[in-house]
Amino acid sequence: MSAIQEVVTEAPAVEAVPKRAMTLGYGTSLAMLLVLILVPLFVKNFVIFQLTMLLIYALAVLALNILTGGSGQFSLGQSAFYAVGAYTSAILMEHADINYALTLPVAGLVCFIFGFLFGQPALRLSGVYLALATFALATAMPQLLKLGVFEKWTGGVQGLVVTKPDAPFGLPMSQDMWLYYFTLAVSIAIYIFSVNLLKSRSGRAFMAIRDNEIAASAMGIDVALYKTLAFGVSAGITGVAGGLGAIAVQFVAPDGYTITLAISLFLGMVVGGVGWLPGSIVGSAFIIFVPNIAEGISKGLSGAVFGVLLFLVIFLVPHGARQVAVVAQHWLGKLKNG
Amino acid sequence: MELFTNQVLAGIATGAIYACMALAVVMIYQAIDHLNFAQGEMAMFSTFISWQLMQWGIPYWGAFVLTLAISFAAGILIERLLFKPLAKAPILTNVAGFIALYAIINSVAGLIWDFTIKQYPSPFGSSPFLGSQLISTHQAGMIGITVLLLILLYLFFQFTRVGLAMRAAASVPESARLVGINTSWMIALGWGMAAAIGSIAGMMIAPVVFLEPNMMLGVLIYGFAAAVLGGLTSPFGAVIGGFLVGIFENLVGTYIPGVGNELKLPIALALIITVLVVKPAGLFGRSIVKRV
Repeated sequence: MSAIQEVVTEAPAVEAVPKRAMTLGYGTSLAMLLVLILVPLFVKNFVIFQLTMLLIYALAVLALNILTGGSGQFSLGQSAFYAVGAYTSAILMEHADINYALTLPVAGLVCFIFGFLFGQPALRLSGVYLALATFALATAMPQLLKLGVFEKWTGGVQGLVVTKPDAPFGLPMSQDMWLYYFTLAVSIAIYIFSVNLLKSRSGRAFMAIRDNEIAASAMGIDVALYKTLAFGVSAGITGVAGGLGAIAVQFVAPDGYTITLAISLFLGMVVGGVGWLPGSIVGSAFIIFVPNIAEGISKGLSGAVFGVLLFLVIFLVPHGARQVAVVAQHWLGKLKNG
Repeated sequence: MELFTNQVLAGIATGAIYACMALAVVMIYQAIDHLNFAQGEMAMFSTFISWQLMQWGIPYWGAFVLTLAISFAAGILIERLLFKPLAKAPILTNVAGFIALYAIINSVAGLIWDFTIKQYPSPFGSSPFLGSQLISTHQAGMIGITVLLLILLYLFFQFTRVGLAMRAAASVPESARLVGINTSWMIALGWGMAAAIGSIAGMMIAPVVFLEPNMMLGVLIYGFAAAVLGGLTSPFGAVIGGFLVGIFENLVGTYIPGVGNELKLPIALALIITVLVVKPAGLFGRSIVKRV
C-alpha cells in the first residue's frame, strides 16, 4: 500500500512559461531602442558613462539569465568570468596592441572555453552544490589574478590601465559617446543572438532540461552537452561584457571583481525576473543606481539596502520586473478599454 | 621532520576552526537541505558582539557565554522571520535569501563597527604550549574547545529527547510529524545551534585573523570545503573534514613552492571541486538516492 503511494507521488508543480514570455514584442523593443539611441544626445558625459555601464551590466545579467532562466543552472561565480573577460581585453590591448574591438571576440572565446571547462565538473552538480562550487570560484578569483606568476601580464595587485579608444573616422563625438554607441551595438547584437538562441533547437533543449532533466534526456537531448554549452555561452557573453567593462572603466584590478560583483549580478537577475531577457536591463539599472543612492545616504550602506530589497523582491514580487510589467500591461489594457 | 610535525600541528589548530564552521554548515544543511552562504557573516557578527561586550567591560568568559546565547536567539529569529516562509520555495529563492542575508550582515557590521581591523583577545594567551615550541596555548585551546564541542554535541544528539527529535525531524520529517514532533521548531533550533557554533568559530579565529567584517569569507570557504570533504550529511565527518583540510592547507603551503598565503582560496576551490566530482557524498556522508 505505502510502496505504491510512494511511487505515484506527484512531481512538484512547475510553472509553465509561455513561449513568447522570455522576450518583448516588436513595438516595445523598437521604442526601447529609440530611447537608448536618443538619450545620450541630451545628457552629460558622466551620465553617458553610467549608461554605458548600464548596458554592460545588462549584458552580464542577460548571460546569467540564459544560464539560470534558460537551462535552470545556478551561478554565483559570474564575477569570475567577467574578470577573465576584462583581463583578456586589457592584456591584449596593452601588451599586444590589438584594437579594442577585436579583443572582445577573443575575450568572449576565452571565457566560453573557460566556462565550458568549468561546466564539465559542474555538470555533475546540481542545485546547492553548483551554487557552492561557483561561489568558491568567485571568492578565489581575485587571489588567482594577484598571483605572482602572472604578474608580468596582469600587473598583480596594481592592475592594468587601459587606454580609452577615440571615435573612428573622425566622427565628431566624445570618447564616452562613441563608446556608448559601440557598446549599444554590441549589446543589440548579443540580445538578438540570445533571443534567437533561446528560440532555437538548443534553446528548447535548455528549457527542457530546466523543466525536467529526466524527461529531457528521454526525449533524446544530450543533457551533459547542453548543460555545459549553457555554461559556456553564459560565460562567453559575460566575458564580452567584462571586456567592454575594462575599456569603459579604463582600468582592471583584482579587487574590482570580488564576490560582491557576483552578488550584484545575481541580484540583478532576480530583480529583473528570472528567465525574462528584457528584465536584464531593469536589473542592471537597479544594481548601478541603487548603490549610488545608498552610498549617498551612508557609506557602506549599499550591501544592507541590496539585501533588504532582495528580500522584498523574494517575498512580494518573486518574478521581479516581469511581474511588474505584466501587471502594468493589465492596467493599461483596462484603461484603454475604458 | 621537525618542520613536518610543526606544520601538521598548526594545521590541526586551524583545522579546528574549519571544523566548527563546517559543523555549523552541516547543522543547517541537515535541517533544511540548503547551504547557508551567510553562515560566515553570522559568525563574524557574533564575534563583533562579543568584542563590543568586552569593550563594555564584561570579562572574556562572560562575554563568550552571552554571545552564545545572543547568537542562538538571533539564529532562531532569522529562521522564524525570513526562512520559514521560504521553506517550500525553489532553490533559487533560497539561495537569493542567503545571499541577501550575507549582504545585509556584512554591510551592517561595517556600518556599526567600520572596516578597520581590530585586535581580539585570546583567553588562552599565546605563550608556547607546555613548553613546546610547536604550538601556542591559543592553538591548543582552539583544538580543546572544538573537541569539547563535538563531545557535547554527540551527547546531545545521542542521549537527549530534543536531540533525538532533531535527528528524526532531519531524516524523515513526515514520520517525525506523525509521532508528534514539531519539525518546524526543530529546524529553528538547528538554526540557533548553528549560529551559536559559528560564533564559537568566530571568537576562536578572531585572535588569529583579526576582527573585521570580511574576516570570515576565507574561513567559510574552508568550512564548506571541510563539510563537503567530510560529507554534508555527517556532523562527525564535518569535524574530521575540518582537521584534514587544515592539515592539507598547511602542508601544501609549506612543501609546494609558489603556493603561499596568496593561494589559500584557490586551494579551497580546487578541493571543493575535486571532492564534489570524485566523491560527491564525501568521506563519511551517505549518498542520496532519488526515486524518479
